[in-house]
Amino acid sequence: MSETWHQWLTTDTPQSRRQARLAQLYLGWLNFRGNPLAILGLAIILALVAVAAFAPFLATHNPLAQDLSARLTVPGEGGYWLGSDELGRDIYSRILYGSRITLYIVTLVAVTAPLIGLLVGTAAGYLGGWADMVLMRLTDIFLAFPRLVLALAFVAALGAGIENAVLAITLTAWPPYARIARAETLTIRRADYIAAIQLQGAGAMRIITGHVWPMCLSSIIIRMTLDMAGIILTFAGLGFLGLGAQPPLPEWGAMISSGRKFILDQWWVATMPGLAIFIVSLGFNLLGDGLRDILDPKRGSQ
Amino acid sequence: MTETIQEDGRRGISAPLLRRLKGLATAVLSLAITMLGLLFVTFVIGRVMPIDPVLSVVGERATPEVYERAFHEMGLDRPILVQFAYYLRDVATGNFGMSLLTARPVSEDIARVFPATLELASIGTIIGVIFGVPIGVIAAVHQGRPVDHAVRLFGLFGYSMPIFWIGLIGLLVFYGILGWVGGPGRLDVYYDDIVPPVTGMILIDSLLAGDAEIFWNAVNHIILPASILGYYSLAYISRMTRSFMLEELGKEYVVTARVKGLSERAVIWRHVLGNVLVPLITVIALSYANLLEGSVLTETIFAWPGLGQYITIALLSADMNAVLGGTVVVGLIFVGLNMFSDILYKLVDPRAR
Repeated sequence: MSETWHQWLTTDTPQSRRQARLAQLYLGWLNFRGNPLAILGLAIILALVAVAAFAPFLATHNPLAQDLSARLTVPGEGGYWLGSDELGRDIYSRILYGSRITLYIVTLVAVTAPLIGLLVGTAAGYLGGWADMVLMRLTDIFLAFPRLVLALAFVAALGAGIENAVLAITLTAWPPYARIARAETLTIRRADYIAAIQLQGAGAMRIITGHVWPMCLSSIIIRMTLDMAGIILTFAGLGFLGLGAQPPLPEWGAMISSGRKFILDQWWVATMPGLAIFIVSLGFNLLGDGLRDILDPKRGSQ
Repeated sequence: MTETIQEDGRRGISAPLLRRLKGLATAVLSLAITMLGLLFVTFVIGRVMPIDPVLSVVGERATPEVYERAFHEMGLDRPILVQFAYYLRDVATGNFGMSLLTARPVSEDIARVFPATLELASIGTIIGVIFGVPIGVIAAVHQGRPVDHAVRLFGLFGYSMPIFWIGLIGLLVFYGILGWVGGPGRLDVYYDDIVPPVTGMILIDSLLAGDAEIFWNAVNHIILPASILGYYSLAYISRMTRSFMLEELGKEYVVTARVKGLSERAVIWRHVLGNVLVPLITVIALSYANLLEGSVLTETIFAWPGLGQYITIALLSADMNAVLGGTVVVGLIFVGLNMFSDILYKLVDPRAR
């Protein structure tokens, strides 16, 4: 059975467009499967999603419940697998619930920033002329700011909190996508198939969304996966400075910040959430690295 | 394409010069627009801030008359574009207002704290270049083999670690447990304020004063934060070196050099690396700029009295003049370094002119 599937998917003469498309995906998957590090990355991301979804079943404690008699318990003692923090809260359970916050902000930024970038970049590339100049100058201005500092200033202006941190990170994250989308658009703008749709009377909007966007997708997705780690780190940095999620929310960066005072004596309070951030960012980086090897045509031909 | 050739032909010898002047003018103009935009963004951030700038000057107990007068004197009743013009004038003259926290002009504060950041970022970049370039070369030469994978993983680790966390772990291990390095701060407390500040960079100042004891103490304190920043810069530089090297190694002159009988070492380290160093300039400048920024979190961890810590503390105490002043300075440095690397690139590589 699986043999026939394999044959159907790897045939040289696909019978339908759907078969050709699926075959393309299948080939990509075979390629991807050969890269153990990328598989590890994918496994980490899937684990993150699973942990976020099943946090209530996996947790041993209420992440917000304080127990002052069990402050700063050593890992492994008294049912605290990863120890407890300065208010006697279970670090293991807090990390599990913290994955929800991480996933939430990553998803929000991953949906908005590339979309803004796509809009700006493809519009600039396709329309050209003045629109191109104005939009790309705007992009350059935002690129000119170091990311964390601009996000800091935005959060200072908008007030601390998860939503504002997401907004600030989005505002600093879109310019690279605009650059990529514009570069891709410039290469296909003069293509014959675009001319063909133009002759059929399609408007700029229809051409951009229906025929230019799909061509930009693979480079945008690679960039997005590689960007995730940066987003997580920036958000954790904001949380660490007290500008992201507010207490008592179990945000990983804020947890490190509260453990900072005890780092020399109760090392686990700051170390454990940091490990969580590290593992998740590493997962996204490994996955992005693997995806780039497969999807990036320039590297593939080497 | 044909058009430009005709145009060049008609203009004869003066055309290349003219084109270069035009290119220079475009570069200067785009830089000016970027800087203007950068200032406009900080200006807008300052205006949407939920903090009343008048109250922060006159205090909460000011009478309505005093408040009105201050409101007028600060130009807040003018049109927004006029206010922006005032802001530009202030920034051009280096006037970022007074810091609420230190009760001194923000520009003075920044001038005082900046050398500490510069010192840290410079040492970090030096570490990144010294280790990053050779590591990248080795990875490229052994492409696809275990060494290459190890280097790749080592770099990805660097990209994945929260810098403030690895800083804490570093403090725990190398200061708390092993006792190899000094703790937070630039010097041990009893060495503070002994060396007269000349450049503001203690490593240089202590050497100028001929005080070896303080110099080694400063080295002891800077080595850990600088190594951590250096690791980040190393991850980036080695990765870029590797990909530049791979590109160059596929070129024909490499084959020629090998056929000629040059040793492999000479081919790689002299001929190929020599060509790679040119695009690397841009990468190094960029990573330097990033370290100046990355120091925001590192300085907080290591109680390093630099620009990053200054901005953070100002932010937490709602000292907006200081935050915006710091942001503008960091942004300008960023833009400046980018431009500098562009120019350097063109100077070194005749093909890019």
